[in-house]
Amino acid sequence: MDIAVITFPGSNCDRDIITAAETITGQKPRVVWHKDSDIGKPDLVLVPGGFSFGDYLRCGAIAARSPAMDSVYEHALRGGMVMGICNGFQILIETGLLPGALIRNKGLKFVCRNTVLRVHNTEKPVMSKLKDGDELTIPVAHNEGQYFADDETLRRLQGNGQIAFTYTTGGSHAEYNPNGSALDIAGITSENGKVLGLMPHPERRMSSAVGGSDGRTMLTAIFEACRS
Amino acid sequence: MTSPQPEMTYENAAEMGLSADEFDRICTAIGRIPNLTELGIFSAMWSEHCSYKSSKKWLKTLPISGDCVIQGPGENAGVVDIGDGWAAVFKIESHNHPSYIEPYQGAATGVGGILRDVFTMGARPVALLNALRFGAPDHPLTRYLTGGVVAGIGGYGNCIGIPTVGGEVNFDKSYNGNILVNAMAVGLAKADRIFYSAASGAGNPVIYIGAKTGRDGIHGATMASAEFTDDAASKRPTVQVGDPFAGKLLMEASLELMASDSVIAIQDMGAAGLTSSSVEMAAKGGLGMDIDLDLVPVREDGMTSYEIMLSESQERMLAVLKPDATEEARAILEKWDLDFATIGTVTETGRLVLRKDGDIAADIPLSPLVDDAPEYDRPHVSTPARAKLDSKDVAVVDICDALRKMIGSHHLASRRWIWEQYDCDVMADTVASSGGDAALVRVHGSERGMAVTTDCTPRYVLADPRCGGMQAVAEAYRNISATGAQPLAITNNLNFGNPEKPEIMGQIVGAVTGMGDAARELDTPVVSGNVSLYNETEGTAINPAPVVGMVGRIDDIDHAVGIALTAEDLDLIVVGQTPDVKDGWLGCSVYADLFGKAVDAAPPPVDCLEERRNGSFVRDQIINGHVDAAHDISDGGLLVTVAEMTMATGGKFGAQIELPDGGNLQGWCFGEDQGRYILATRDGNALLAAAKDAGVPSHRIGKTSRDGALKFSSGDIISVKELIDISEAWLPHLMAGGHEQN
Repeated sequence: MDIAVITFPGSNCDRDIITAAETITGQKPRVVWHKDSDIGKPDLVLVPGGFSFGDYLRCGAIAARSPAMDSVYEHALRGGMVMGICNGFQILIETGLLPGALIRNKGLKFVCRNTVLRVHNTEKPVMSKLKDGDELTIPVAHNEGQYFADDETLRRLQGNGQIAFTYTTGGSHAEYNPNGSALDIAGITSENGKVLGLMPHPERRMSSAVGGSDGRTMLTAIFEACRS
Repeated sequence: MTSPQPEMTYENAAEMGLSADEFDRICTAIGRIPNLTELGIFSAMWSEHCSYKSSKKWLKTLPISGDCVIQGPGENAGVVDIGDGWAAVFKIESHNHPSYIEPYQGAATGVGGILRDVFTMGARPVALLNALRFGAPDHPLTRYLTGGVVAGIGGYGNCIGIPTVGGEVNFDKSYNGNILVNAMAVGLAKADRIFYSAASGAGNPVIYIGAKTGRDGIHGATMASAEFTDDAASKRPTVQVGDPFAGKLLMEASLELMASDSVIAIQDMGAAGLTSSSVEMAAKGGLGMDIDLDLVPVREDGMTSYEIMLSESQERMLAVLKPDATEEARAILEKWDLDFATIGTVTETGRLVLRKDGDIAADIPLSPLVDDAPEYDRPHVSTPARAKLDSKDVAVVDICDALRKMIGSHHLASRRWIWEQYDCDVMADTVASSGGDAALVRVHGSERGMAVTTDCTPRYVLADPRCGGMQAVAEAYRNISATGAQPLAITNNLNFGNPEKPEIMGQIVGAVTGMGDAARELDTPVVSGNVSLYNETEGTAINPAPVVGMVGRIDDIDHAVGIALTAEDLDLIVVGQTPDVKDGWLGCSVYADLFGKAVDAAPPPVDCLEERRNGSFVRDQIINGHVDAAHDISDGGLLVTVAEMTMATGGKFGAQIELPDGGNLQGWCFGEDQGRYILATRDGNALLAAAKDAGVPSHRIGKTSRDGALKFSSGDIISVKELIDISEAWLPHLMAGGHEQN
């Protein structure tokens, strides 16, 4: 399986997702530096978490204008699969591949903790190997993860089945939505269901030794969907 | 040699924190009267912060060698062997004064600085910890300082992508005007790929890497070496400004550079910036250095040689490269969009020569600058011994009421509000983070792990510095042991008041002596450290805080245990205590602080032989799979420890505890006697038998249960969920503006 991981100078979850992808697929992903416009023809583009260019400006705004992301945009328009995690999700929104905005957490603080995610809309291609209604415990770690969109966009997301993951009850926090996201949204897909963005970090839950393996379950299903 | 800068005077020297005697020594050292730049360099290098002039005599008494030690004190960080070709590289450092003046930037640059110390040695940082001390909860600045420091620590660590996995926080009025912010970084390197700072090879290029030099942080090291007055806010320009994104670029570029085989020596520009880095690199190599200050990348025009040499702008490194490697290095740095300039050469002169605008701005022989730094044997008086507290003098409070109040106090309440602002999971190798004993980090791509912790109990140190110094080491040792890991070595951060006062110097001498004795007996040498003195405001000193950062190793992380109970019907065993004990050491305890006048009593004594024997037994039982959960007994005593083990389950499991008949129940429940652990095990009889064989006192105090309650043989009962709610409520309530008074 050919996975391309786009890296920026401030990416800091690139090694984690590369390790996870190699563990699951048995193949080392290709690393594409942001200055490089040649991303090849991958089965999946992964945009990792981090602080792409420091994020002193709007998160992901500078990264979205890099040569590599121009090519990712083209790749998505051709119907290619793309997944962005955390800062990667922010970048995909800034690139225009996903609707809405990710604004500062409701509590105005960085939040790092486990969340329980519910899986939705498994009819979408990228979600097709996950089980609808499944609950996965995956951590978030972000300062700007509150999903925000106008009512019309939110209705469209619901109507088109674009809501991929929502925060749900069952964890140790009474306030199960960690950032105040609209409709408890943790992740969404594009209308064609081939571009996925989510705030939580599945690459951090690859085995019981590091707090659980629900992340591995999620990534295994997504990689499988991209291969078929 | 003529200089365009005016000759300095005693008054100029005094303004830079140098005594008349020290000024005379400088004149002797260089054979003439120094100019402004030269005096600035001497004052920085001879500041308490850089020269350890008040503490050196005592630091020399610390044990610094051991089987695992690859590099002891004297480099940017200490290095220990953790097996399989891997080395742990670690150090702790304070950023107390800057964090009080500007909490976000002060704390952020504290993290940035300690990370540079670690990656300068060729190690990739993999864990951050901290030790924080804030003022009384009801002090008007406490919320602002706590919020700012925590955001600053998170702001830097989260962005650069190193997990903050542990730490400790105290609130006490002695820190109202002088908070403590100590940051520790731990890195991993291959043991045969460590980089050092000694320059070599006359003629080799000296390279400046990283952010441009600005006017921020000028003379920060000197500020850190003086007492505060009430105009602290006016010192804001001496606080550096952090840029974690630039720090990330510098880290990646430096590690790539060191992997490329072009680096001979490398040193970060931390305290005293270009001054300390150039002086240390040249002096350690027994060489000299010529630097052209016109070639230093600067942020603004018109910077003087004094400003360039004393700036503490962040995210900068100095390196000596192999002569034919500059183009390869340039390509790496350009990839990371970093400034790169050849600013000088290594020489054989033994002198630091600085040029600016065609003139010689400074010309200093290095040997006296480094070797003739003053070293003081400051007068010291011992802290008067306190009497042992008689348990009868302490109020008798119902144990359930006491537990509620203790768990909900500033001493023991949950720090979740703080640690959830730190990314503890990035790098995906965090096995255990805040909320337990030591944190555990996996060595990437292996089953090996490192256990890391920071510890100190200032109220013990204040009461009996020697005992408190020992206790800090012993508690760190227990925290590491309670995970199953083998304690290896220490980094220390000695936070004290003004050493020119004999009673403060007495605290330093006592604490360092105690720390050294414990480190020797527990075989955990001190491999790096930092001293922060003059932590006083308007003449009032902080409670002394000789913080210990300890690193341990575990060969298979699957063998490690946490504090959370894992099942019902487990036997709860107290290790380090005999069944006939019906009392406990309440002097200096949390219980005594909350319910009595008794803080003025002596703290619990530390017996290192017992610590060693009990710790070794606990580790052995854990590694051999006989233990399901373990927690060391520290603040709050035995009952708080058991409560924490149930609370860590989220209320899923509780415990049934057998209380002793007769004696002093509050002492037994809440005494803070040292050297003890609570273990949960499926086979209590086997564990007790093993303890007997090992000569370790231990006995069964109860069993775990599924009913989510703590039940006592007295019939008392308390819900674990209720304790969790009390514990979790305190800090959010404080930070939301509820001025708690505990």
